[in-house]
Amino acid sequence: MGARIPSALVVAALCSVASFGVVAQEKDDAAKGIEAYREALKDGNPAELFEMSGEELWRKPAGPKNVSLEKCDLGLGAGKVEGAYAQLPRYFKDTNKVQDLESRLLTCMSTLQGVDTAEYVKARFNTAKKNDLVALTAYISGASNGKKVKVSTKHPMEKQAFELGKRMFFYQAGPHDFSCATCHGEDGRRIRLQDLPNITKHEGALAGWTTWPAYRVSSGQMWSMQWRINDCFRQQRFPEPVYASDLTVALSMFMAANANGATIQTPGIKR
Amino acid sequence: MTQTIRKIVPAAAIAAALLSAAPAANAQSSWGKQADDKSFAAMLQSGFQNAGTVTTDRLKQDETQAFCSNPAKANSKAGAKKAAEVEKASLATVKYPADGKFLGDWKNGEKVAQSGRGLTWTDSATQANGGNCYNCHQIDTKEISYGTIGPSLHNYGKLKGNTEQTQRETWAKIFNSKSNNACSNMPRFGHMGILKEQDMKDIMALLLDPNSPVNK
Ligand code: HEC
Ligand code: HEC
Repeated sequence: MGARIPSALVVAALCSVASFGVVAQEKDDAAKGIEAYREALKDGNPAELFEMSGEELWRKPAGPKNVSLEKCDLGLGAGKVEGAYAQLPRYFKDTNKVQDLESRLLTCMSTLQGVDTAEYVKARFNTAKKNDLVALTAYISGASNGKKVKVSTKHPMEKQAFELGKRMFFYQAGPHDFSCATCHGEDGRRIRLQDLPNITKHEGALAGWTTWPAYRVSSGQMWSMQWRINDCFRQQRFPEPVYASDLTVALSMFMAANANGATIQTPGIKR
Repeated sequence: MTQTIRKIVPAAAIAAALLSAAPAANAQSSWGKQADDKSFAAMLQSGFQNAGTVTTDRLKQDETQAFCSNPAKANSKAGAKKAAEVEKASLATVKYPADGKFLGDWKNGEKVAQSGRGLTWTDSATQANGGNCYNCHQIDTKEISYGTIGPSLHNYGKLKGNTEQTQRETWAKIFNSKSNNACSNMPRFGHMGILKEQDMKDIMALLLDPNSPVNK
């Protein structure tokens, strides 16, 4: 498992920081940043802990029906986990919906385990129920590590999700007139010192899509893509997106399809 | 974040509102037909909820937002005409300072420029809004943590001169950024009520006052 630690990422972080260090205060910040990375990577990517608890949650009988999730169909057939994440979001016949990993997990919890998933949708991030879902995404996405993103837009509903997601990506509203594209629509832009991938292009979508879910060193939290999108909408001054809604899935479809062909590197590790 | 009071209220009547505000789908639309207005409005309605002080009313677009949300159309030939209209209408919204004084206190301007707070669902209703300026612009070079969505404003006053003309133009830019660029990525701080008049005067001083570190 240790081999999965993206050491290239650490080296890149060190390099970009070193070539920047002109001002003393910045050097301090940089040193702190490096320290945090070192700390985080000492025993491997801390995301591995989430992967392990996610795997446990996957295998443990739970819910009113006291059944595990092991028979869950993530798109490649019941119980097939390896490589499934690389092909999500996708159309599912049984729900007649396009689903991302998180919305699909809710379906399996409901149908297999008899769980009332409304509670999971409503739960705040960083509370027990959401953390369970995030751990599951860490485990399942980890089982696609190294696989190529292969998201289909062939089914009419997949095509529709992509087009709706694209339209959403450019939808400006609210007091600041922001859309996703305000921050992620041009190359080489930053907010403060945080790099903003241009998600409208393959290279940027790749950076944004293939490395989530990710462990965030700054907050010590593991974030899923749904959480990432939720926090970007917050910064966008929009109302809060409903967890695992068609809207969030459509945005993921837009990003994932733009990243097609790139290699999944999950779970990621971030600032 | 956890302290915020959150009411989950399904968005009501938004679909209808959106349908009237959204640009009509036509041949120039860059969206495939599966992203028709009806499906899109339905997705918005089911996809958002109120949180903290932020309600789903925010999803309603004004004309400028609707126009700029379709870049392929906005950048088309027909779009250029509409863009000129948007700029003219935006310029007409600009309210210049009642007392005719454009420059306040640059020290306070620096604080407003630094702050990125306000108007998110985790901000309280009493939170003073910041200008977010450093999120997108280099300004005082002592601040090394600045963004690059907008151009550097270092030496702004030195380069532009502190003339009345510059003051009026800069005020208009901050009050309503679309007044000279229909689909600017910069927020409309005065027009949308993000910043108070005094905040804008203080920021003006940060950019234009010869004593401001921006011009030293
Ligand atoms: C006001 C600015 C802003 C807006 C609007 C915004 N984002 Fe972000 N986004 C950011 C910042 C800043 C980061 C990096 C955060 C960090 O480094 O911790 C980020 C990171 C991301 C990432 C991860 C990128 C990576 O390389 O890991 C994705 C994916 C993303 N945003 C998607 C979106 C989507 C989808 C939307 C619209 C719903 C959106 N963003 C709107 C500021 C924004
Ligand atoms: C989300 C990004 C963003 C924020 C926040 C932002 N700006 Fe801008 N600003 C831009 C962009 C992009 C441009 C260039 C395009 C244009 O002129 O519309 C710009 C242009 C300007 C210009 C014109 C520069 C020139 O040389 O003509 C001024 C002045 C300016 N901004 C001031 C401010 C001030 C003051 C604030 C804070 C109160 C601010 N901006 C906040 C994005 C931003």
